[in-house]
Amino acid sequence: MVKLSVSDLQIRYGGATALEGVSFDIQEHEIFGIIGPANAGKTSFLKAVNRMDMFDPDMRVDGKIVFNDVDVSKIRNVYGLRRRIGVVFPLPVGLPLSIYDNVALSPRLNGQKKKAELDIIVERCLTRAALWDEVKDRLDSLGSLLSGGQQQRLTIARALSQDPELLMLDEFSIAVDPVTTMRIEDVLKELRKEVTIILVTNLVQQARRLADRTAFFLEGQCVEVGMTEDLFTGEVKDQRTRDYVEGRFG
Amino acid sequence: MENSSSTTPASFDQLNRDWYIDKAVQILVFIGGISAIVFIVGIFVFISKEGFGFLFGEFNFREFFFSPNWRPTSESKETFGILALIAGTASVTGLAMLIAIPFSLGTAIFIAEFSSGKTREVLKVTVELLAAIPSVVWGFIGLAIMNPIIIQTFNVPVGLNVLNAGVILGLMAAPIMTSIAEDALKAVPDRYREAAEAMGATRWQVIYKVVLPAAKNGLLGAVLLGVGRGFGETMAVLMATGHSINIPTSVFDSVRALTATIAAELGETAAGSPHYQALFTIGIFLFIVTFIINLIADLVVRGVRKG
Amino acid sequence: MFESTELNRRNETRQKLFRIGLGTMTGILILPVVLIMSTLIYKGAPVISFEFLFTGPTKGMTAGGIFPALLGTILLVVVALLASVPLGIAAAIYLSEYASDNWFTRAINLAIINLAGVPSIVHALFGVGAFVIFFKFGTSILAASLTLAIMTLPVVIVATRESLQAVPMAFREACWNMGATRWQTIRRVVLPNAVTGILTGVILEVSRTSGETAPIMFTGAAFFLPLLPQGVLDQTMALSLHLFVVSTQVPNMPEQLPFGVALVLISMVLLMNSLSIALRMYLRGKKKW
Repeated sequence: MVKLSVSDLQIRYGGATALEGVSFDIQEHEIFGIIGPANAGKTSFLKAVNRMDMFDPDMRVDGKIVFNDVDVSKIRNVYGLRRRIGVVFPLPVGLPLSIYDNVALSPRLNGQKKKAELDIIVERCLTRAALWDEVKDRLDSLGSLLSGGQQQRLTIARALSQDPELLMLDEFSIAVDPVTTMRIEDVLKELRKEVTIILVTNLVQQARRLADRTAFFLEGQCVEVGMTEDLFTGEVKDQRTRDYVEGRFG
Repeated sequence: MENSSSTTPASFDQLNRDWYIDKAVQILVFIGGISAIVFIVGIFVFISKEGFGFLFGEFNFREFFFSPNWRPTSESKETFGILALIAGTASVTGLAMLIAIPFSLGTAIFIAEFSSGKTREVLKVTVELLAAIPSVVWGFIGLAIMNPIIIQTFNVPVGLNVLNAGVILGLMAAPIMTSIAEDALKAVPDRYREAAEAMGATRWQVIYKVVLPAAKNGLLGAVLLGVGRGFGETMAVLMATGHSINIPTSVFDSVRALTATIAAELGETAAGSPHYQALFTIGIFLFIVTFIINLIADLVVRGVRKG
Repeated sequence: MFESTELNRRNETRQKLFRIGLGTMTGILILPVVLIMSTLIYKGAPVISFEFLFTGPTKGMTAGGIFPALLGTILLVVVALLASVPLGIAAAIYLSEYASDNWFTRAINLAIINLAGVPSIVHALFGVGAFVIFFKFGTSILAASLTLAIMTLPVVIVATRESLQAVPMAFREACWNMGATRWQTIRRVVLPNAVTGILTGVILEVSRTSGETAPIMFTGAAFFLPLLPQGVLDQTMALSLHLFVVSTQVPNMPEQLPFGVALVLISMVLLMNSLSIALRMYLRGKKKW
């Protein structure tokens, strides 16, 4: 089943084009990698899927993004859409609430009031984000005062607490040490049984470790989409993809 | 997560309770936002409504603005000239500004550029507290403290005059002007100062040549708001000017201000009488003048932010 | 070499003079106020007693206390706050969280500036025309309080807007990302982190409202009333107007009594302002992000 279908997507900020001519389908329970250097349009893509363009008067999205067979540009209740899509952007944000309330926020927004249920969700999500052991004794301290790496994992835990159908991670490992990164990668492999994942990363090896298929974005264009193994074994349609994967630029 | 894929595809696009609450709040806060406009228009409409009878009846432009005779209750012939009242307001406000402008700018520069840490905190708090003293208390100070001091010092028969009200109004306006001016000075980026200091300029050269020109608009805004404050002040000038109709020739003359005239006479007029309506017409005049002053101050200050 | 040190020394002297001059100006601005306050306390303090605060005026107001005026001021402030705090917070939420930078928002801001800048006596005229006559509230606590509420609305709006805007944008975006509606974001993350700042604004408004005189003179405050008000459609005495009355309108007034009234009024106002400042400093010391 196709979870997310993108056709002829174009994103502009004012006069400048951030991304254009993007078309691909993402299957349910797939880990879909997006690689590419800075300013390739990766983050803009995630914002468009999540309809965050609503809050940016300069941002213009054309083309079609279909999530669960619904055109996201025609959605009236964008909040309902966003609740089904968990996003982790590169800049970690610990909300100025307690660590517990950070993770319990999304279930609470969905009407979950039972303390016992919330306790379970909080522990599960923090464990999956590899943060539980560090914070389990101080769940009532402020999430916004954690270290950068911890806030990053808190952000991941919050995205998981949404119980999303689609999880989008944007360079999640940027502020996290390698060991923790590996732990989270293991969790992602587990999660694919339940969730569809879009993994935007600047670490090509991370895409190779995790992604079933990978798209290569460059300077606002989707150069190609292919099976991850093909991209890394030289079975590419475009020379630039090979150059990037082999580390010749980027 | 177990049942996530079993939801019907479009079920998330239902307009649920959260969505409706969100919309309702958006409308409510919009009403709050627009209320400020409604009120300011309402003020103009309602004072105009009460003043219109006069404006389209007895009102005579020349008499109103150029006659010094305010005799609204005269038995023989009522005259409604506000020239003397304008002179009263202008003289008191003028003297107040003469006092307040240099002192508040000086104080603002001292606080922003020459003090730091505890001293600065204490000074700022003091200025803020000074700005909070109610105008009726200032009026009382003019009446009960300044009045005898002026009589003794200058050997004049009456101490309720332009001097008294001017000093009181100056002391009232200075704290507000100081804090706005200090904000304007603080808004000048430190790199300007650093660049000038790196070129060997002394502190006062930096202030005189760099900081003051850069903060020029903000300082002008502070002065304008001070003028607006002085012009519109009611209780203090009612109590400290002596409240007698006069075009002053010296600071020891008693005068009467526009605002004070309304405050003193509105209670004694019959609603709808020409006198009552004339007082509302003065109100319209006050509203328009302060509106223009505030508008200019706003434009001037906004100019800073853009530049 | 010698010349440059000479120049330095002259500059240093000049700078010192400059600094002393400015310091003196600051002193001259503050000193008279300190003297005035001392006089108020010196002459007013002996008047103040339990009787003074909790009994009514007697003998044509030349004796007795200020209780009806004190109570009246409290009533006026409470009713004014009930009207202006919700409205002001709503306006601030609109301006901080919803409004985009366009002509309409600028018009609202200009209106707020003018509400704060229009002379208090003009607000009084508005109160008479709108609340006393048009809405037929008569001269009453309701009419006076609504006049005060509109006049002091900018205080709440400005303080609330500032504290809302002090909450970083990233927190809102993080909530929106999770599917929180704008209102859920405001209620759960923005408001809780702005509440102390809003409170400082409300306290400031209490201070402003309790000191105003002109707006209530013709809308609901009376020179003297033998009875306490029974409801919001009654007139009331008020401390600020009482000070005006006892210092200008009453013959044979003992010299000390108005000082007592002035001292009570100014203590009330300054206490509120100090509280607001203290709260702000506490807030600044508490780092939440």
